[in-house]
Amino acid sequence: MEENNTKQPGLFEKGGKLGWLHSTVDAFDTFLRVPGTVTKTGSHVRDSIDLKRILIIVVIALVPCALFGMWNVGHEHNVVMGTDWGFWRQFGFGFLKVLPLYLVSYIVGLAIEFMFAQICGEEVSEGYLVSGMLIPLIVPVDVPLWMLAIAVAFAVIFGKEVFGGTGMNFLNPALLARAFLFFSYPSKMSGSMCWIALKHGEALPDAVSGATPLSFLGECKDAVTPLTDHFSYMDMFLGTIPGSVGETSVIAILIGAVILLWTGIGSWKIMLSSVIGALFVGWLGNVSGATAVPAWTQLIMGGFLFGTVFMATDPVTSAQTETGKWIFGFLVGALCVTVRLFNPGYAEGMMLSILLMNTFAPLIDYCVTSAAISRRAKKAKLA
Amino acid sequence: MSNNIDLKKGLNIPIAGTAALETKKTIAQDVAAVKPTDFKGFSPRLLVKEGDKVSAGSPLLEDKKNLNILLTSPLSGTVQQIVRGDKRKLLAVLIKSDGSNDSIDFGVKDPSALNAEGVKETLLKSGLWLSLIQRPYGVIANPAVTPKAIFVSAFSTAPLCADTEFILKGEAEDIQAAVTALSKIAKVNICVNSADSAFAKLKDATIWTVKGDKHPAGNVGVQISHISPIQKGETVWTVAPVLLAAFGKLLRTGKLDLRRKIAVTGPAAINPAYVEALPGIPVKALADFYDASKQEIRFVSGDPLTGENVGEDGYTGFFDTQVTLLGEGREREVLGWAKPFRFSQYSSTKSYFSWLSPKKKYSMDTNTHGGVRAFLMSDVYEKVLPMDIFPIYLIKACIAGDIDNMEKFGIYEVLPEDLALCEFVDPSKNDIQEIISKGIDLMIKEMA
Repeated sequence: MEENNTKQPGLFEKGGKLGWLHSTVDAFDTFLRVPGTVTKTGSHVRDSIDLKRILIIVVIALVPCALFGMWNVGHEHNVVMGTDWGFWRQFGFGFLKVLPLYLVSYIVGLAIEFMFAQICGEEVSEGYLVSGMLIPLIVPVDVPLWMLAIAVAFAVIFGKEVFGGTGMNFLNPALLARAFLFFSYPSKMSGSMCWIALKHGEALPDAVSGATPLSFLGECKDAVTPLTDHFSYMDMFLGTIPGSVGETSVIAILIGAVILLWTGIGSWKIMLSSVIGALFVGWLGNVSGATAVPAWTQLIMGGFLFGTVFMATDPVTSAQTETGKWIFGFLVGALCVTVRLFNPGYAEGMMLSILLMNTFAPLIDYCVTSAAISRRAKKAKLA
Repeated sequence: MSNNIDLKKGLNIPIAGTAALETKKTIAQDVAAVKPTDFKGFSPRLLVKEGDKVSAGSPLLEDKKNLNILLTSPLSGTVQQIVRGDKRKLLAVLIKSDGSNDSIDFGVKDPSALNAEGVKETLLKSGLWLSLIQRPYGVIANPAVTPKAIFVSAFSTAPLCADTEFILKGEAEDIQAAVTALSKIAKVNICVNSADSAFAKLKDATIWTVKGDKHPAGNVGVQISHISPIQKGETVWTVAPVLLAAFGKLLRTGKLDLRRKIAVTGPAAINPAYVEALPGIPVKALADFYDASKQEIRFVSGDPLTGENVGEDGYTGFFDTQVTLLGEGREREVLGWAKPFRFSQYSSTKSYFSWLSPKKKYSMDTNTHGGVRAFLMSDVYEKVLPMDIFPIYLIKACIAGDIDNMEKFGIYEVLPEDLALCEFVDPSKNDIQEIISKGIDLMIKEMA
């Protein structure tokens, strides 16, 4: 013990020559090797799980969506442009389209994370591993890279770092990046023109061919038949439709959901109640005649399922109490479909409903804990 | 009377090194340490100096705030050394044994004939008063306060804990005497884990049967919160079974006898088993059980979740019936968190594959397995805490030093030990027991 204390600080340790690089070096060091720190007091032994493990599992759960999304980018290009590429060429095309998004997302996001950790002299938190994986999956594939870079910077700095970093933020950083893009560059982010990746010099043959089911519905919203003419339910389930990179395939998302639920990292309460909320409002819409689209199709269109599985379940920005999770999830699903039904201008409601509920999550928790406390107080009086 | 408590939440940590149910040896004590630091809220004033002769039961220290509360010597001999730490803080009084069984006679007493004052006096004079722990805050009991009730947990569920039935075999009459005496002060509640327990047959007490064998079902704090939650302004006392037996012996023989069976356990223990000894033995007396040349060992007096790291030159604690020997985990595993399989590591979650081998025992060490982060996961803590509180809110209130919220979220009901499992499972690697402990210190300071 004493030897350690009297030893000169190493090159990169606090107090050493390059000590100011402590956070960065430490981040790479603990990335490669588990830290050798031992417990001080209290619980002398600890569970082998840590945040790196939890977050890497979320990243793994996202891999099917990412891979499918890459293939689908090529596939949609094929469909629209009438070309006939094989599987590998489609995948390769998509891969080359999506890879730059990933590079921009991770390089910009991590650089800011490292910078802030460095300035604060703290360890680099791993939270951005997941945000960085999510962001390319929820943007249109053709989004200009400089826009993405600005959005990522905004989301990481104002969504997270100003509140104190991972664990202290109240808005989901990935969704915040998307919201930033959406409100700053609306022409690039909605309508039916942005969802198909094009080669240089190509143009979409017509507006309809690039529409997503939701933007299609937004334009002619009480017509179920044209929708199903254009997209079969099977297409929507498999994901062979236009949309943000990772959100289209129900199968890929369900694989991710199974991983999150089995490991207990994603809350089944939020997922289930969000589905219930969406079905409930979808059913109300049917009954009241607001829409002719069957309630269950709301689940397989657009970003609903992706948001429910990967975004609403974010443990930091969702409700913290177990009862609160039921309420939170239900409202996310319900609000999402409500926006879809009544806002033809912006057909996708998931992003806004999750962000809105993120801001309400602390209030939900406050109500739940207050109720529990007064219940306990009453019980104590009776006893 | 059927009093059942159903506890489903919790976790039994599969750590290797359970003590075999046999007493391997009786430790003939050369030196015993009396540590005032074992007792929260005890401000020691010395009554002896180095070289003084003492008998078993002679007062060594008194509490500055309440001069009736004495800490007495567990054996006869001479005061060898008074150990002080930083700022002359009194850490321990070392007593060198003279080999005799010289003991102060406190007089044989019939527990059913004593009144509350008589019981208190006996406890105070013998030094056994300090075996009573007062909640909230887990401090030494105040003799001037009559508690709402006295609680005893007749079983432990802590990892590798000593088997209460085994260590107290044949002491039923002593325990009965102690329970009868304590029932003069307040109602005694005893929690057992099965109707066959020797404790289930005790008279003068209310028996509660706890269903559920997952830790922390055996924690008296968890049991209290299900029987009669502590409200602001209330106090309850708790006492450990092994000290009940000592009190009973005191009543029936008139002598202070703290001898007990101690389980020597842990992954670093060789042939873990029980020894018989007084409290305050040097851990070096357990040299047969470990080999310090092979690995760096952490010596914990108590269980691996809540015990005190006493070091190789340390002494066991007053309350402890268990010593845990753990390897220090300073080794750095390459890409540990990224490996799909880590068969030698245990996780209570399904993010590793230890759920595939539910019967396996793990040779755990003291590595934290990760860096400290902000609280991220919200549901992992409640799963291991069978109490009607919001652990994460309580912890955050303690960090913020927010007295109002600490009260609301149940600071009166918990001690750090009750949240030890939350600390074990915490993926953000915060020292939750230390946070709670600091919160309790703040409460004591502000509410005094």
